[in-house]
This record gives sequence, C-alpha cells and structure tokens, in this order.
Amino acid sequence: MNEARIPDRHYLNADFSVWSWFFTTDHKRIAILYLISITLFFFVGGAAAVLFRLELMTPPGDLVISETYNKLFTMHGVIMVWFFLIPSIPAVMGNFLLPMMVGARDVAFPRLNLLSWYVFMVGGVFTITVMVTGGVDTGWTFYTPYSSTYANTHVMTTAVGIFIVGFSSILTGINFIVTTHTMRAPGLTWFRLPLFVWAQYATSLVMVLATPVLAITLALIAVERGLGVGIFDPALGGDPVLFQHLFWFYSHPAVYIMLLPAMGVVSELITSFSRKRIFGYSFIAFSSVAIAIFGFLVWGHHMFVSGQSMYAGMVFSFMSMLVAIPSAIKVFNWTATLYKGSISWDTPMMYALGFIGLFTLGGLTGVFLATLAVDVHVHDTYFVVAHFHYIMVGGAVMGYMGGLHFWWPKMTGRMYPEGWGRFAAIIIFVGFNLTFFPQFVLGYLGMPRRYHVYPEEFQVLNVMSSAGASILGVGYLIPLGYMIWSLRYGKVAGPNCWGAKGLEWQTPSPPPTHNFEQTPVVTEEAYDYSIPEASPG
Amino acid sequence: MEWTDVGVRPTEGFAMSSLLAHHFDDLEQQYDAASLGMWTFLVTEVLFFGGLFTGYAVYRFAYPLGFAEGSLHLDVALGTVNTTVLLLSSLTMALAVHGAQTGHRRALVGLLTATILLGCVFLAIKLFEYHDKFEHHLVPGHAFMLDHPELKGVDPRHVELYYLFYFVMTSLHALHMVIGVVAVGILTVFSAQGRYSPQYHTPIEMIGLYWHFVDIVWVFLFPLLYLIDVQT
Repeated sequence: MNEARIPDRHYLNADFSVWSWFFTTDHKRIAILYLISITLFFFVGGAAAVLFRLELMTPPGDLVISETYNKLFTMHGVIMVWFFLIPSIPAVMGNFLLPMMVGARDVAFPRLNLLSWYVFMVGGVFTITVMVTGGVDTGWTFYTPYSSTYANTHVMTTAVGIFIVGFSSILTGINFIVTTHTMRAPGLTWFRLPLFVWAQYATSLVMVLATPVLAITLALIAVERGLGVGIFDPALGGDPVLFQHLFWFYSHPAVYIMLLPAMGVVSELITSFSRKRIFGYSFIAFSSVAIAIFGFLVWGHHMFVSGQSMYAGMVFSFMSMLVAIPSAIKVFNWTATLYKGSISWDTPMMYALGFIGLFTLGGLTGVFLATLAVDVHVHDTYFVVAHFHYIMVGGAVMGYMGGLHFWWPKMTGRMYPEGWGRFAAIIIFVGFNLTFFPQFVLGYLGMPRRYHVYPEEFQVLNVMSSAGASILGVGYLIPLGYMIWSLRYGKVAGPNCWGAKGLEWQTPSPPPTHNFEQTPVVTEEAYDYSIPEASPG
Repeated sequence: MEWTDVGVRPTEGFAMSSLLAHHFDDLEQQYDAASLGMWTFLVTEVLFFGGLFTGYAVYRFAYPLGFAEGSLHLDVALGTVNTTVLLLSSLTMALAVHGAQTGHRRALVGLLTATILLGCVFLAIKLFEYHDKFEHHLVPGHAFMLDHPELKGVDPRHVELYYLFYFVMTSLHALHMVIGVVAVGILTVFSAQGRYSPQYHTPIEMIGLYWHFVDIVWVFLFPLLYLIDVQT
C-alpha cells in the first residue's frame, strides 16, 4: 500500500484568518470562493425548478398563479445561466487548474481575478435579492415587449444585476487568454497544452467578444425603461427584433461558454481513464476554436419565426448545421480514444461517458431545430426545452460534475467515497433522462413552453418529467453530502491518485500556494500514457 | 533534460525585484502580459460600443429624415473644436509615453498634465452642449419636444431616437473620458514621484493605449452624429 500523506503546508492552511480568504489573490483560493458561491446559486436555481415541476404535476394551475409561475421559470433560467453555468467550469476549475496546467505560479492578473469574484458576488446577491423579493416574469431572454412596454416587474434592477455579473466573466476571460499566451512554462508549446486549456482558451474568446454586447443590450433596455423611450418599442419607432438580434449575438455564443469547458474536461477524463493517448489531439484542439468561431455566426436560428428575412433564415440554418461538424469531430475522437483503451469505471469516467451520450442526443436534436421547416413546427415547445437541457445539463453539468470528482482530490487532498460517487452518477443519469426525454415527446406533440396550464392528455408525460426531476434533485444532493463529508473523513489521496498526466498532478495534493517549487520544464507531449506515471495510490 | 531545446528565459540584470510581481519570471514577461491584457480589454470595448453602433446603423437607415433633423440641432463648430482638442490630447499622450521611454521626467509630468487639461476642456464643452440640449427639450424622455422642425414631414419620435443614441453614445464616451482623466491624474502624481524609468513604465503605456482608444471612438462618433448630410 502506498501510504499517501497530506503535506504540512499547502494553499488551504497557509493562513487561517478570514481576511486571508477575502483578500486572497491565490487562484486556487479564488476557485474555492467561486465553488462555494455557485453551489449556493445552483441550489437556489434548482429550488425554483422544483416548485414549477410540482406545479406541472397537474393540468390546471393549482399550486401557483400564472404570475408566480412566470417568475419561477425566469428565476430558474436567470440563475442557472448567469450564476451557475457560465461561471461553473471556467471560474472554478479554470481558475484552479489553468495556471497549474501551464506550469505558472498564478494567473497573469491575480488581483483582477479576485475583483472578478467580487463583481460576481455583487451582481449575484443583487439579482437574487431582486428575484426573490420582487421577481421578474419575462423569461431569462428578456424579450421585448415583455421587458419593455408590458413589463410590470423588476426588469430594470435584474438587468443591472446581469450587467454587473457580465464584467466578471469578461475579466476572467481576459485573464485566461493572457495567462495562456504569456505564462506557459519552458517547453510547453501550444500543441503540448492539455486540451482543457485549449477549451478554456476558446471559451475565453467567446466571453471576451460576446459579453460586452449583452451588457450594452441590457443597458439599452434599462434606458428604455428609465426614460420611457422606444428603442425596441414599435409604437415609438423602435424595432423589437433588433433586441433579439443583439441578445442572441451574446446568448447563442454563451451556450458555448457553458459547453466548451465541459468538452475540455471530458477530453481530460476520457484519456486519463482509458490510459491512452488522446486520439486526434489537434482535431480536438482546433474543433474547440472552430466551435467558438461558428458560434458567433448562428444567432439567427433563434429567430426563424420572429420575422427575419427568409434568406437570413436559410443562411443561419446552414451555418447552424456547420456547428455539428466540429462537435461530431470531438465525439468521434473521444470514442476512438476509448477503442482498445484500458478503461476504468471511476466516477469521473461515468460522468464523461454520460456526457458523450447525452451531448450527442442534445446535439442531434439541435440539428432538427436548425432545420427551418422542423423548427417552425416545434419552435417554443418543450422540444426546445428538452434540447437545450440535454446540452446544458446533460452536457455542461455532467462535465462539471465529472471534473469536480476528478480534481477534488487535487483541490482538497482527500478522496470522495467512490461507491457513493458511482451511485450518485447513475442516479443523476437516470433522473436526468426521465426528466427531459418525455419533454421531447411533449414538445413534438405540441405542448408550448412557459405555460403552467395544459390539456389533460399531456399529464402522464409531465408527471414522468416531474418524477425524474425529483430523482435528479436527490442525485445532486448526494454529492453535496459526501463531498462535505470527505473533507474530513475522506481517504488521503496523494499527489497523483489517478496516475494521470498533466503538470497539475506533479504537485502535492493540495498544492502549495505557489504551485511549483521550481518552474517545471516540459519535454513531452500531453497524454503520453506509454510512459506510466506512479501507480494509483 | 533537453535544456538547449527549451531554452532559459532571459533575466534582466537591472530588474528591480519590487517592480516584478511574484508570479512572473522577468519584467519582459510582465510587460507582455500587461500589454496583451490591455489589448484584449480594448477588444471588449470595441464590442461594447459595437452594439450601439449597430443600433445606430439600423435606425439611421430606417429613419434617415429623423436622424438628419436631429443632427441639424447639433453645433458642428463645437464638435469640431472638441475633435481637435481630443486629437491634440492624443498627441500629448503619445509624447508622454515617449518621455517615459527616454526618461525625461519633467517632460513626462508636463505632457500628462496637458493631456488632463485637454481632456477636461473636452468634457466642459460636452457639458455645455448637453446643457443646451436640455434647455431646448431635446433630451429623450417625457419632456422631449421638437418645436420647430427644419425638415418637412419629420416624425418627432424618430428625432427622439436619434437623440437617444446621441446621448447614450456620447455619455458612454464621456464616462470613458472621465475614467481616463482620473487614471492619467494618478499617473501624473506617480511620475512626479519618480516611479517610472526607461526600464519600467508599463502603466503609462497601458493608459496611453486606453486614451488613444477613447479618442478613436470619438473619431467615429463625430461624423456619425454631427456630419449627417441633409441633402440625401
């Protein structure tokens, strides 16, 4: 037995005072601050989902009234998108790992990094206070005229909160781009970088290029509301479709802010748990960049029925299908990596395999939706809801959970309980599919999204979905429990418990404040599993 | 290990340890990071203003008459003076960076001060213009009123949209100017204290980049807002 030991001095016990956390510039501590905050936000957003899934158990609106229902799904969307999914992998795992993966002592701008957390918290606390005490009923998309002419809820204050939080992702994006360019260790060329870094880099490009447009769009909404003028109000000469163009110019690429990092995580997991060099390294690396670029050219597929020109619709339809190419390249390469690998079924790998299946389903239904004629039929139905949950939950959240389990021993120095881990992964997979697969059927049969009263023939499918949601909820609570448990009672992990490649595994677990005693020198490609690392401890 | 292959980062002999943050290997790396960071930030700024320029373009093509009418109520002379003032301030800023590179501390402090003064002149003229629009009820909102339209058949609502973009774009630009003036102010104090040398003057170059960017935004705003051709 390999007797692993936690080092005497590491980033967690370097200093115990409260201020050493709130004024830290250590990227690892900032990652922990983010981890705690987004976990909190995740369960707030989840609670809203529990309430409206309960409401949807029965056809009539008997649990909540329409206004409350509208506020609930808006709250769920706003919190999950801006306060959980977008910061999830970049701000937690990116912050923790990116500097270590490139062999640096910290990100390029550590104080800016801390500032981004404060900006995030100000925006988050502000928005959630507004949503819980007043509420917004526009849906997370803030479409005009719901958010302008007919708004009677707290649109302006919510917009301000999201405006603020946008700057936190801009700052993170700038930090990661600069860190990847300027802080790489000697010998760590671009094509020796872990694929997680490539994915983070592509994500950061999207964050930096798309978020400012959302900021100015929300600012215009706030000006419209504040001054009572009609930027987006046709009665006053404005154009409501312009809002949709500006909004989706951000919000479609934002989907890739959520998904690309998860793809990066899965690339790491597949190769680690297959004990095999990744298949098609450069294809995976470039497909991340390709997705980031194509992502900017497809926003119009959200507007096929909004009165944009037919020709614009055709171009956007074609461009949207192009996104399927780099996505499929990734899936094929992951599958090819598994082929003849020596696969082990640890929890992170189960999430990674779950990701591949669910993402493929979500991606393929995306191709249905990119097809003009099909979209006209299923637009604004539960088919769309199911599609993007397969991407955002089946993809992004599965990737996040897999990554969290994979690097948990690195972050805390202790293992989570493996049996419970696998159990929760299965519960989440089953619960997820039971929740969202019936929604594909519901949507195909014509049930529109965002309605809380529905005809009786839809009840069976809705009950299935709600039952699945409760299983999914339990599935998320189990890891919360055993992860906290493991902080004290988990088995000591040792520096490289998976026998994985990558500079982060060459540091002790948990790593010291400055990561490396000496700047590492890299002499080999990533994922060279032909030379085994120290055996799993 | 193949040391020859990977090379060793050059260390600057005169690197002052207090100027080098702990996580960088040398001043050159620190400078590269700051520079790339600033350029990336400026890209986000381009996108930020880009949303407004898109909106402007959409409505100007939709309502050419309203935009021409709105433009007629602006004072082209004041706009021209302000453009000149800003371009001059860019010159003084560029010379200030040169002063920092060559180690002329007095020139540096003087030129930074000149940049601040020119920035303030710009803001003062802008404020005067805003006041004038306020007096004539041309600020969008409930008090907006177009008393004597100069063009026939113009819809006051379209003129209001023009003024909306005028105020949002120029006030956002002015906000950037205020931030720039404060930043240059801090640099002036630090320069007078002798914090910068030909070896280390990264903040001056970075704020210089920012200042030029804010100038360039105005170079686009001026013709788009003030110089709309009424004949077409």
